[in-house]
Amino acid sequence: MSGSRLITFDKVWKSYGQGEATVHALAGVDLAIRSGEFVAIMGPSGSGKSTAMNIIGCLDTPTAGTYSFMGIDAGRLDRNRRAMLRNLYVGFVFQGYNLLPRTTAVENVELPLIYRGVAARERHDLAMKALAEVGLVGREHHTPAELSGGQQQRVAIARAIVTRPTLLVADEPTGNLDTARTHEIMELLTRLNTELGLTIAMVTHEADVAFYAGRTIRFLDGHVASDAVNLEVV
Amino acid sequence: MIWETVRLSLLSVRRNVLRSFLTLLGIVIGVAAVIAMLTIGSGTTEKVKADISKLGSNLLVVRPGRPAGPGGPGGLDQATRPLGSKELAALVAHLSGARAISPASQKQVRVIFSTESLTSGVTGTDSAYLDARDWKLVSGRPFSDSENRSGTGVCLIGETVRQQFFGAGDPEGEIIRVNRTSCKIIGLLEPKGYTGFGQDQDNVVLMPLAAYQRRIAGNRDIDSIYVAADDRTPTTELLPRVEDILRDARRIPPDREDDFSIRDMTQIADAMASATTTMTGMLGAVAGVSLLVGGIGIMNIMLVSVTERTREIGIRLAIGAHEKHILIQFLVEATVLSLLGGLIGILIGLTLAGLASLTLAIPFAPSPAVILLAVGFSALIGMVFGFFPALRGARLDPIDALRHE
Repeated sequence: MSGSRLITFDKVWKSYGQGEATVHALAGVDLAIRSGEFVAIMGPSGSGKSTAMNIIGCLDTPTAGTYSFMGIDAGRLDRNRRAMLRNLYVGFVFQGYNLLPRTTAVENVELPLIYRGVAARERHDLAMKALAEVGLVGREHHTPAELSGGQQQRVAIARAIVTRPTLLVADEPTGNLDTARTHEIMELLTRLNTELGLTIAMVTHEADVAFYAGRTIRFLDGHVASDAVNLEVV
Repeated sequence: MIWETVRLSLLSVRRNVLRSFLTLLGIVIGVAAVIAMLTIGSGTTEKVKADISKLGSNLLVVRPGRPAGPGGPGGLDQATRPLGSKELAALVAHLSGARAISPASQKQVRVIFSTESLTSGVTGTDSAYLDARDWKLVSGRPFSDSENRSGTGVCLIGETVRQQFFGAGDPEGEIIRVNRTSCKIIGLLEPKGYTGFGQDQDNVVLMPLAAYQRRIAGNRDIDSIYVAADDRTPTTELLPRVEDILRDARRIPPDREDDFSIRDMTQIADAMASATTTMTGMLGAVAGVSLLVGGIGIMNIMLVSVTERTREIGIRLAIGAHEKHILIQFLVEATVLSLLGGLIGILIGLTLAGLASLTLAIPFAPSPAVILLAVGFSALIGMVFGFFPALRGARLDPIDALRHE
């Protein structure tokens, strides 16, 4: 935990609806994540953890308060600037993999590079390298339908890291996988965290998945209920 | 970036072959219809022009009876005086600017050779007729002056008559029976083919007018007088001169209308050509409506496509696509689709027009301008009808789009 501050929530509110019907998904959350951390975010549904993740990933903006990402006031940026921020610094991994159907693994991984304007040849090379990093050599030209769930999630991780992001946002990355596959994916994420120094923010339901992270933040009713370092015990 | 997007959209077209095909269908049919209609139409116009020029170029045709006009039927009415040798002689004597002046009387008559018979258009005329109607002889000779005067039983036959009686053989010198009189074949007319109205112009027998009047018609009338203008005289200039001479010859008082009509074949040709052009335009416009329907089809499918691919749009937005990237992607996709449809439509349209020109015996007249217009228009349709769906896709919220099932 020695990195600089990457993410700072300063009294962040996120509210939906108006008047009596207003719902506060986040009610004045303060939070900090340093670069190089691997943080698990837990909490029951409706606790605000997904909203917090969307804000962390620069997909959403706070209603009130300040969200600062790499020292940038990301909560005040417009759509296209946030898109640029995501493209340059954030990788996404989703529960449902969210790969483009009928598109090969390598084409899926190339996608974020297209929006960066990287030339075709270089794009291909980088995508092949990223696929190798997640252990998918030989599966580069398979479409998602021809890959198992674990393999699809590896393609998704390759797509997230191909741009060499600062932050990886993972939304229940193992939610659709069995125990063995879950273990493999979590090992992969841990390795990316330690070897590449990639900061990871991961939402999960499962305590044993959260245990791979170095720190667990629990949300409850729009507040941070607990925020603790995971102890290195069995 | 644009080429990349075009490539991606082609991939997407290929990935959804059936849907792409159905989307294309509207544009394909629309463009094919427009191309086929316009190509067939301009072929028909050319055919009509060619047909009318077969009647003879710069030709005036005089017939007895008031001219056809608004308010009443033209042609022969009760008070009509037929034309006769008096009018012909007056024209020959006084008309300047004419290349050929020729009388013609015609009747459908049974023609017999050996045991074969054929109902043929028998025309009594003189040797100037061939010149007036731009008609040439394949073999033999025209009527001589003495034959013209005396009404000798000689005749020129058309190709159809030759084939009926003599096959490919030489008809010259043979004697055929026309009605109850016999006549000797002295020449064969150059084939002219069918008119646009399906009339066989080669099923004809020409004989000297005097012979026709005496032996077939039984009177001294002339059905029509052909006046061909020479190269320096436009028919519009010749027509009033002909009218003056005929009014004089027929002693029509100045306060009375003409009791004959003069038709200008050049004007008729122009009028018919412009009529077919108008018709072509109308058919093209109707076909254009189907192109519009095709465009709405594109919009419909693109809207479905945007809805269907909401998640894809969400993914793209999440990993850093800007609004304009999504907009361009769907716009290019719609344009590529409709352009593809346009190209297929052009091929089908030209094929249809080609087949039609074979069966209808009209010239195949594809116009590069029309084809370019069709390509441009189909691309435009893609852009216009693809814009709204594309904008809708580009404006999606990435969070909602990702959550979309």
